[in-house]
Amino acid sequence: MLAALILLPLLLVPVAWLIPWYRVRSWLLPVAGASHLLLVVLALGGVPDAAPGEWIGLDPLSRLVLLVASPLYLGCALYAVDYLEMRRERGNRTMVPCLLLFLSALSMAAMSRHLGLMWLALETTTLASAPLIYFNRNRLSIEATWKYLLICSVGIALAMLGLLFFAYAALRGGVPVSLLLSDLLAAGPVLSRPWLHAGFVLLLVGFGTKMGLAPLHAWKPDAYGEAPGLVGALLAGGLTSLAFLAVLRTLQVMNAAGALGMARPLLLGLGLLSLLLAALFMMRQGDFKRMLAYSSIEHMGLLAVGVGIGGLATFGALLHMINNSLAKGCLFLSAGNIHRAFASKRLADVRGALVALPFSGALFLTAFLAVTGTPPFGIFLSEFTILRGIFGAGRLWVGLAVLVLLATVFIGMGASVLAVSQGEPTERDMAFTDRFLLVAPPLLLLLAVLFLGLYIPESLRLLLEQAQALVEGGA
Amino acid sequence: MTELSNLCLLLVILVNFFALGSSRLTACIQAVALQGAVLALLPLATHGLSSHSLLLAGGALALKGVFIPWLLLRAIREVHIRREMEPLIGFVPTLLLGALATAGAFIFADLLPLVEAHQGGLFIPTSLATLFSGFLLLISRRKAITQVVGYLILENGIFIFGILLAEAMPMMVEAGVLLDLLVGVFVMGIVLDQINREFSTLDTEQLSALKE
Repeated sequence: MLAALILLPLLLVPVAWLIPWYRVRSWLLPVAGASHLLLVVLALGGVPDAAPGEWIGLDPLSRLVLLVASPLYLGCALYAVDYLEMRRERGNRTMVPCLLLFLSALSMAAMSRHLGLMWLALETTTLASAPLIYFNRNRLSIEATWKYLLICSVGIALAMLGLLFFAYAALRGGVPVSLLLSDLLAAGPVLSRPWLHAGFVLLLVGFGTKMGLAPLHAWKPDAYGEAPGLVGALLAGGLTSLAFLAVLRTLQVMNAAGALGMARPLLLGLGLLSLLLAALFMMRQGDFKRMLAYSSIEHMGLLAVGVGIGGLATFGALLHMINNSLAKGCLFLSAGNIHRAFASKRLADVRGALVALPFSGALFLTAFLAVTGTPPFGIFLSEFTILRGIFGAGRLWVGLAVLVLLATVFIGMGASVLAVSQGEPTERDMAFTDRFLLVAPPLLLLLAVLFLGLYIPESLRLLLEQAQALVEGGA
Repeated sequence: MTELSNLCLLLVILVNFFALGSSRLTACIQAVALQGAVLALLPLATHGLSSHSLLLAGGALALKGVFIPWLLLRAIREVHIRREMEPLIGFVPTLLLGALATAGAFIFADLLPLVEAHQGGLFIPTSLATLFSGFLLLISRRKAITQVVGYLILENGIFIFGILLAEAMPMMVEAGVLLDLLVGVFVMGIVLDQINREFSTLDTEQLSALKE
């Protein structure tokens, strides 16, 4: 069953490449997404946790990531059908196979129990998403693609070196060298410290680049700004969660070696820096899609701060990962609609989205409220939990700094979002109206965020607790 | 055996400096090809003649020594770009930085505890120095194609470190590294082609419309 999660989308790649019918090819995406979600639901209930020594398997962390990535993908896939219909001139012979490959690599990265395999899968997601960012084939999108490829490739190369350092730590510790997670965790106490520490720094830089933590975020505003909305949603909601999972995996190893004390300050520092930079650049942002990228940097910073503090804050960060992915999905998809309708993403050109596109405009505005942590949405709950964790750990100044930065982000982002949604509509492309498949997926994602703010199912709470224990418990 | 591998590694460091100081693009790519070929010797020098090390050496020679440099040389021939490097930071400052980084790599490598068999070898300082030289080339040169060359040198540095672990690690990961390099350069090649078509140049100074 787990193999099917990887192989099914992979098998559809050549199919999508070969079939000649445009619309059928687009519909392959929701078909793959829906069967993926079905398999994930079955696997979550039916497949036991991975035994030591397995290369592919589930544990609470990978269950969480699959649980959020799969519905997000299905939402984006449904959206893609109408989106690609609208943009026939661009063709979908690159887009659809790349999106399918992306899904396959995403499943593999989430379920890998071998750090080398996980690294390979993460790199595949980078390569598969590069042509997606280049979808619009203009000067700006090629610039964004080039920066994305180069910066992420360097990052992932450094992560490779970090993995090799971990392997050397095992060699020096006198245990058989293996990058299997179960072996590394078992060997934790004897791993050679200097190698482990150096390896962690490299891995944090490498995976942090993929997450988009400052100061390694340079590619993010460009890539999110130039990519189609649905690609932005997948990157900001799916890829960042995978990169965060990779960071958590390295934290697991650090925890097993009893070296969390060295890892946490680094995470906390990068997290606070990300929050600060996001808040600063959000203030005078003239482009609402780039603004969303800074919002993504802000939330990645919050995740890093959460695991950097530990305890309740880690629990909050894991919950925040779920909320952030769903909310980013809604935000990017509705922003994509507004971008299409006004044929611009400059704040100077876009006014009155609420009048022009009643559904997309309202979704964009509500998703902004959700993503900045307004109650009763889920993000309010997870941000509140992280803050409680920070204050509970006695880190008063960190907590106050986070609060001030979150408020700054709210003001900065609010000014732009209100400017886009209110007022009399400016000149726009009258042919574009809200369509069912362009509005329903973001609406469902938003409802999911709302639901998680009102009620967290017992099984999810249990899963989050198990995941937290996996990252930092028992050492 | 250690002497042979140390000789190869010194050669690798020399190539790093050559690439940092070279003003001609073709010469730089040829230097990287030479570096790839030297790297292919390393698994044999370190681990002796086994099917595993032969495979690794063959793969490295074919990809790093021949195929990728050939692709890059073909690219500059076809798109008729100017054959100079066009540095953002001058050649002398780059060389000085490279020398500093190499010295730093030797000092840092001294701090890391090694297993018995690797003591006295130059693997770790060379690996770090090569990594940094590649990074330096990547950020200090203007052309997209030079950035690819920098990326290749950076990957070479990681490969050197990987050789130390070649016996202890499963094949799959090494195969992944080589495959990945190939695919990465392929995709970059396609993007290079598109940049060239769109801007009629491979100068990344043109790629500067996106900023705050």
